Amino acid sequence: MAVQVEVSGAAQTAAGRTVFVYEAPVRLWHWINALAISVLAVTGYLIASPLPSQPGEASDNFLMGYIRFAHFAAAYVFAIGFVARAYWALVGNHHARELFVPRLADREWWAGMRQELLWYAFIARQPRKYQGHNPLANLMMFLMVTLGSVFMIVTGFALYGEGGQAGHWANVLFTTWVLPLFGQSQDVHTWHHLGAWMMVVFVIVHVYAAIREDIMSRQTMIGAIINGERTFRS
Amino acid sequence: MSIETFYEVMRRQGISRRSFMKFCSLTAASLGLGPAFAPRIAHAMETKPRTPVIWLHGLECTCCSESFIRSAHPLAKDVVLSMLSLDYDDTLMAAAGFQAEAIIEDIKKKYKGNYILAVEGNPPLNEDGMFCIHGGRPFVEILRETAADAKAIISWGACASWGCVQAAKPNPTRATPVHKVITDKPIIKVPGCPPIAEVMTGVVTYMLTFDRIPELDRQGRPKMFYGQRIHDKCYRRPHFDGGQFVEHWDDEGARRGYCLYKMGCKGPTTYNACSTTRWNGGVSFPIQSGHGCIGCSEEGFWDKGGFYNRVTDIKAFGVESNADRLGGGVAAVAGAAVAAHAAVSALSRARSNNDKNPGGN
Ligand code: SF4
Repeated sequence: MAVQVEVSGAAQTAAGRTVFVYEAPVRLWHWINALAISVLAVTGYLIASPLPSQPGEASDNFLMGYIRFAHFAAAYVFAIGFVARAYWALVGNHHARELFVPRLADREWWAGMRQELLWYAFIARQPRKYQGHNPLANLMMFLMVTLGSVFMIVTGFALYGEGGQAGHWANVLFTTWVLPLFGQSQDVHTWHHLGAWMMVVFVIVHVYAAIREDIMSRQTMIGAIINGERTFRS
Repeated sequence: MSIETFYEVMRRQGISRRSFMKFCSLTAASLGLGPAFAPRIAHAMETKPRTPVIWLHGLECTCCSESFIRSAHPLAKDVVLSMLSLDYDDTLMAAAGFQAEAIIEDIKKKYKGNYILAVEGNPPLNEDGMFCIHGGRPFVEILRETAADAKAIISWGACASWGCVQAAKPNPTRATPVHKVITDKPIIKVPGCPPIAEVMTGVVTYMLTFDRIPELDRQGRPKMFYGQRIHDKCYRRPHFDGGQFVEHWDDEGARRGYCLYKMGCKGPTTYNACSTTRWNGGVSFPIQSGHGCIGCSEEGFWDKGGFYNRVTDIKAFGVESNADRLGGGVAAVAGAAVAAHAAVSALSRARSNNDKNPGGN
């Protein structure tokens, strides 16, 4: 399927028009993913810096166990969701593919990138309108969501496989090669931790950019990821 | 002189047949091989010509040797030591000077391609290796020469395996682990600072009796001893899972023997047999004595910041920080940037609205 370039001026982005952008699986994934990342960030932080010591018998307590369980359960949701989302990039509409194949070879795309940067630097007075992601958003998504998720999934399952020990599927698939690649287990922990903070930074910027664009770019952002439709305003 | 078998050497050392059989079953057990293997070990030791071991010392503190001679089962120590001391270990053998150095030459000729080279410590490469002199010559030269005719190499301890404290940044002598100097021989890493005595004797015995190297993981460590983390077999693990931690030295949790995770225990990231084998004849191991694991068998443990921090330091681009400080800092900057950007956005929007309808809205 040909990837279209949508820039301002195209009939589709005319004021008052509404286009269907995000199909149901994409929207569902977005919100499940948001929830999973929230759980992962909080539980992950608590695994590295646990809550105050619990009183009583060890056998009466399982706090770390539950926190780690929540982390691992959310991690499975996150990873399976990512795989499902990657599948949808193949079978869904062309907007679903943006996250996985940014149009890096497209001059027009880079021109749009420049325009967006100027817009964010308060130099350009008007942003262009896009049906899907603008190039800057697209690149951020690709680097932080797509590659970032892969990084977190690979390092995460490598750490998970340590507990599973030799023979565990995650140990066989990830731990055996990820640990030597980074040096040792502690290094993988540190990188996974940094990756988590990167995700937090992404969420901050992502939420801000979505709200800001919704207000200032004359097109719906938040509504689009809820009902799938993007409406352009004048 | 025909080449002796292990059994003959042992008998000559005054070890009874009964003790010999005991040693075989103990060794089988410690290698995780099960009782059926004891007769196989015995048979191998009775029939195979013994493999000589040359034990070289580079830049090190001799803690590996100290550990080794404290092997829990005295017989294991006697047996292996009697095998070793017959050959070459400059710390343990009686010979000295030219006489001692002649032994290396002798073994190299007589057992060409057939002896095991055990290396404790590592060669420093700066200044042509002048920071470690062995018999008047740089250690790295002796190492290369002796390794050339060896069948396999055992890298004892964190020094030989990873570099250890003498390789700590900025590593002025360029202390270099053995596998980065000798690249054409099978190398068995037995890391730890020092490694556990039973692990050392276990590895030697395995190699001598079965005439092959034990199964190694991707980092070159024997799987049988380095396949699990301290954390996987730690007796304080129920406290970890229950969220019961020592928060300060000498607090109530410390007295109760809670998990040392918050005191920087590296048990969750350290592959070694301490929590299984323990030390000094199974008496104790660091965590049992109330101190967290420092991760001494892991690569780079000496350069990762405090032994008492759970989230360790990142030393890149000259920044010394840990993941939380760095990540939290970046997140705070991102938050502040977003707030500032939002403020400017609001202003510029207000201005452009004013431009559009100058009479107000
Ligand atoms: S003391 Fe260390 S090894 Fe033991 S359970 Fe706690 S963190 Fe794990």
